[in-house]
Amino acid sequence: MSKRIRTGLAFLLSFFESMSYAQQRFPRPEFESGYVQPAPELPAPRLLSLEYLDVLVLLLVLVLASWFIYEKRSRRGILWLSVFSLAYFGFYREGCICAVGSVQNVTLALFNPEYAIPFTALAFFLIPLAFTLFHGRTFCAAACPLGVAQDLLVARPVALSAGVSKALGVLPYLYLGLAVLFAATGTEFIICRYDPYVGFFRLDASFVMVVLGIGFLLLGLFIARPYCRFLCPYGVLLGWMSRFSKRHLSITPAECIDCKLCAKSCPFDAIEPPTGYQQVEMRESNTRRFLLYTLLLPVFILVGGFLGGKSHVFLSSAHPDVHLAELLINQPELKNDPGHIDVQTFLASGKTMEALVEDARAVRRAFYRGSTILGAFMGLVVGLMLLGQVAFRERKDFEPNKSHCFSCGRCMDYCPVGQERKTT
Amino acid sequence: MEKNRSYNRRDFLESGMRLSLALAVGAVGGLAIGKATASEWVWQIDPFACTQCGRCADECVLSPSAVKCVHAFDLCGYCDLCGGYLIPGANGLNTGAENQLCPTSAIHRKYIEDPYFEYVIEEDLCIGCSKCVKGCASFGNGSLHLQIKHDLCKNCNECSIARLCPSDAIKRVPASTPYLVKGGFIEP
Repeated sequence: MSKRIRTGLAFLLSFFESMSYAQQRFPRPEFESGYVQPAPELPAPRLLSLEYLDVLVLLLVLVLASWFIYEKRSRRGILWLSVFSLAYFGFYREGCICAVGSVQNVTLALFNPEYAIPFTALAFFLIPLAFTLFHGRTFCAAACPLGVAQDLLVARPVALSAGVSKALGVLPYLYLGLAVLFAATGTEFIICRYDPYVGFFRLDASFVMVVLGIGFLLLGLFIARPYCRFLCPYGVLLGWMSRFSKRHLSITPAECIDCKLCAKSCPFDAIEPPTGYQQVEMRESNTRRFLLYTLLLPVFILVGGFLGGKSHVFLSSAHPDVHLAELLINQPELKNDPGHIDVQTFLASGKTMEALVEDARAVRRAFYRGSTILGAFMGLVVGLMLLGQVAFRERKDFEPNKSHCFSCGRCMDYCPVGQERKTT
Repeated sequence: MEKNRSYNRRDFLESGMRLSLALAVGAVGGLAIGKATASEWVWQIDPFACTQCGRCADECVLSPSAVKCVHAFDLCGYCDLCGGYLIPGANGLNTGAENQLCPTSAIHRKYIEDPYFEYVIEEDLCIGCSKCVKGCASFGNGSLHLQIKHDLCKNCNECSIARLCPSDAIKRVPASTPYLVKGGFIEP
């Protein structure tokens, strides 16, 4: 008991000490005129219940999307649902909170012991993944404001050759890897910083991001959903889930009549023709290539890891501590530059140069490990992509590529099978 | 019987992969949920760590910035010669535009009683440049200081000012205590 009193007293003493520390230079006057001091205006942040409402809206949109795809088979339903999502998650919520960026919150939560992830961010990360594992990428079609913004602007889609698509398809893996690396090391959230569409939702952005955003929108007129297909880091995870999803959108409600209308209707080149149409390569050469690529896979991983490790110095300079330490070592004359805010703040902070260099070294070590893993991962991705080129899978009908299909439902609309049932 | 026969090797592999993916997502979710909080977090400036570098005015994703000057009246000395209001070496202690430190005239000076003056920030005009904060901190009590206003702040996933703040003064705080206003909030 006495111990508790003593700690209480100690606390009180420290409290008064801090009060005396904050002693004012000019004491507050005693007013005689009956002056009442105003209170500073401090508006509250958004209500917590509204944040939970966002999660509920996401759930509802995903359930409705599944219903439109599987029960109603309605492209129009998906379209209007996606317009709602654009309005709600895009223009009303102004792009934050978003599942794409939540990848970084989850990474930071796993690597930084001090960071507490809000439940809503975790829900935005997990719910779309779980839905995709069972129903395909309906999130991309109906819920993601970035995806919808691109989808509504598909005007004259150009079909890309399979090789170009495959090669560009490696980019999202790199972007995801870099985003995870930068988030894990506490450097920055690159996905959010370089989100080209959030500026439109807020009607406010820096000049560079406005140019980038308009560029992406114009590109999207001809190359449908350029960000989703060739950059989106969350799309990588969704692609994995969708590849093995329990159910997936089927183009035709009954028997395919091989009319090819669906393949023409898909702006994302995600519908693959029956294998009978394709020039099937010689079995023997395919097997040889398969063996070659399998043997090359460890080489790719090793080379990737080596190159990744080599790039850690370059990558780590994005971290503010490393950047500042490099600056001070390479240009010591900056210490006399009163206009350099970072250097002057560091000098005034009383932190020693040794402590800064030690911090920078620790960050760089983390980057060395991280970028080696990232490089090896990229080697694996490239190797598996090549293997995927020779793996032969028989298709009897026109089928959507499960990992690339966004479940937008355009093909269902174009499929003539069962249309007579609709009209009568 | 018919159903059983259609369950081939590919289906088996697919359901196996599906299970492993579900486990992987579950594992990541489980690890993260141990660190999840039911409450939200918002960005706020610790006024005691702030070094008034002026970046808040330029680096916010919004223009003008969501950072505004807040006046902690509890700490104000109501000085006639106000370091936050008047430029150093001002011609006179009055509201003349040439004497004002604030580039947008966002501070209103009002006579209360001899010799005291009240200083009120007009938020719509304030751009968060911290000129007055610097003046008040170096000459006065430091009652003027910057805060992120939560009716304006978009609560970006990563605050773009926090990324560039040279003194790491901007941090995530629980949404239940969204302001670190001097006076009530004491230097840690």
